Amino acid sequence: MRTAFIQELIRQARLNPKLFLVVGDLGFTVVEPFAKEFPDRFLNAGVAEQNMTGVAAGLASEGFQVFTYSIGNFPTLRCVEQIRNDICYHQLPVTATAVGGGLAYGNMGYSHHAVQDLAVMRTLPNLTVLSPADPGETNECVQFLSSHTGPAYLRLGKAGEKSLHDVRGIRRGPLAVRTAESSVALVATGSVLAVALRAAETLKREHDLEVAVYSCPLLKPTDTNFFKPLWRHRQLITLEEHIAAGGFGDSLRALKPETVFLNVLALPETESSLVGSQEYLRQRYGLTVQAVANIALSAGNAAERA
Amino acid sequence: MATAIRAHAARMVSRANSSHIGGAFSMADLLAVLYTDILKLRPTEPAWPERDRFILSKGHCCSAVYAALALRGFFPEKELESFGQDGSRLMAHISHKVPGVEFSTGSLGHGLPFGCGKALAAKRTQQAWRVFVMLSDGELDEGSNWEAILFAPHHRLDNLVAIVDYNQIQSLGSVADVLELAPLADKFRAFRWAVREVDGHDHHAIRAALSALPWEPGKPSCLIARTVKGKGVGFMENQLLWHYKAPDAAQLQQVLAELGCAP
Repeated sequence: MRTAFIQELIRQARLNPKLFLVVGDLGFTVVEPFAKEFPDRFLNAGVAEQNMTGVAAGLASEGFQVFTYSIGNFPTLRCVEQIRNDICYHQLPVTATAVGGGLAYGNMGYSHHAVQDLAVMRTLPNLTVLSPADPGETNECVQFLSSHTGPAYLRLGKAGEKSLHDVRGIRRGPLAVRTAESSVALVATGSVLAVALRAAETLKREHDLEVAVYSCPLLKPTDTNFFKPLWRHRQLITLEEHIAAGGFGDSLRALKPETVFLNVLALPETESSLVGSQEYLRQRYGLTVQAVANIALSAGNAAERA
Repeated sequence: MATAIRAHAARMVSRANSSHIGGAFSMADLLAVLYTDILKLRPTEPAWPERDRFILSKGHCCSAVYAALALRGFFPEKELESFGQDGSRLMAHISHKVPGVEFSTGSLGHGLPFGCGKALAAKRTQQAWRVFVMLSDGELDEGSNWEAILFAPHHRLDNLVAIVDYNQIQSLGSVADVLELAPLADKFRAFRWAVREVDGHDHHAIRAALSALPWEPGKPSCLIARTVKGKGVGFMENQLLWHYKAPDAAQLQQVLAELGCAP
């Protein structure tokens, strides 16, 4: 995803002479092509995220369209007040970009698990929040953000994520990645969409249960109308690499009609003292094909009984 | 102008039963010189692209800046009466919704990084305007400031000026007791800034220093202004209490009398 990000950013920088990239001394073998092609619109601010974010706000206040770039929680939680006051309050066009959202840096340990970021960022005024699932969604996010006039947070995965679909239109509503007039629908944000798609295939193959799958990279601004395509399903199961409180599934609770049931598959709030690959940690914390299938099957049965 | 700033600030803080008059008075002379002789501004065109950018990082002392802006004609002096009142845009921490104000602050340690970004923007686009950031001494406890102090010389931001209102008193006591900054000039020099120290109430000295910018090509400038908290009013000078207290009606009369102003 980070490769898709930088390649699209370079394409956009060729079109938009005000586009500026500020990195927090991270992005080895990722950001160099941008720095080489646009030396006047690139800055390595050093290992100093508060200053990086303040500088980005200053640049944006003078007409630049700025992306900050770092990993995990560094461009968000480390400098959340700079995002709140300097960027959001002043409605400046700065996108804080985090590589390694969720458990992507699994074996780096708890410091590198970005699992509270969505909850914090969602509460900030004027901030658009985007969490793409694959390189194609990342491209669309960067295209949108390159001319977006306000603040944003872009939560990326890491590297090597496979393309999962080619549905476009992130701002119109959740992307219908697997369409079905089913009772149950799976709704994911971020790269955990891959788990949802595998679960849907398993349910079809082993249980002959058809479920729709949606990807939702745009988490804010949204409203109940934005999610309207979801409301025709009786049972929603959301997936996210984030704690439940304040996350994506949580945000749907307030928006959904009473007739729609919601199961939120998210991470426990307890901190992880274990390391492991992203796949291992998903297993460990229940973001699995099996967990999705179990809920879907019991929901499907309940629907049949009804 | 300094006296007028103090008189306005005293009336505003008293009327609003607000705080931070001591730190407003300590920088009043600096503001008077800046807004009279140094900053290139157009009061009728606050967003004039070639203006110098002034950022108040010690946003809690905004009464003095609002006064300076009104005195320069950015908005009517009469509006100062609404300071801190219900529905007013003149909030008690500086607000960018007010004509002539570049940036809202209030949480400390935000002004200098933002100023670095502006100064860098000017460099990258070959603009001649300058950035002035007014800092308190207490807010130099904030790590974000030292990130910016490291950043500015590395990027040769000689269009950036940090002014430290070094009045030696912060929220719970003297700077020396809470978290000592001395030797402050040496610290800035070690971070590769051009540094000058000045009596922050000596208009001639302030003007002379700020008329000769940049002091060293390629280096940002730091003016350490030795000031007195509550300067100009005997019972306020060097008193921690006036970080918090608003003058009551009788005290306001005394303040205005000491300043030589009509009530």
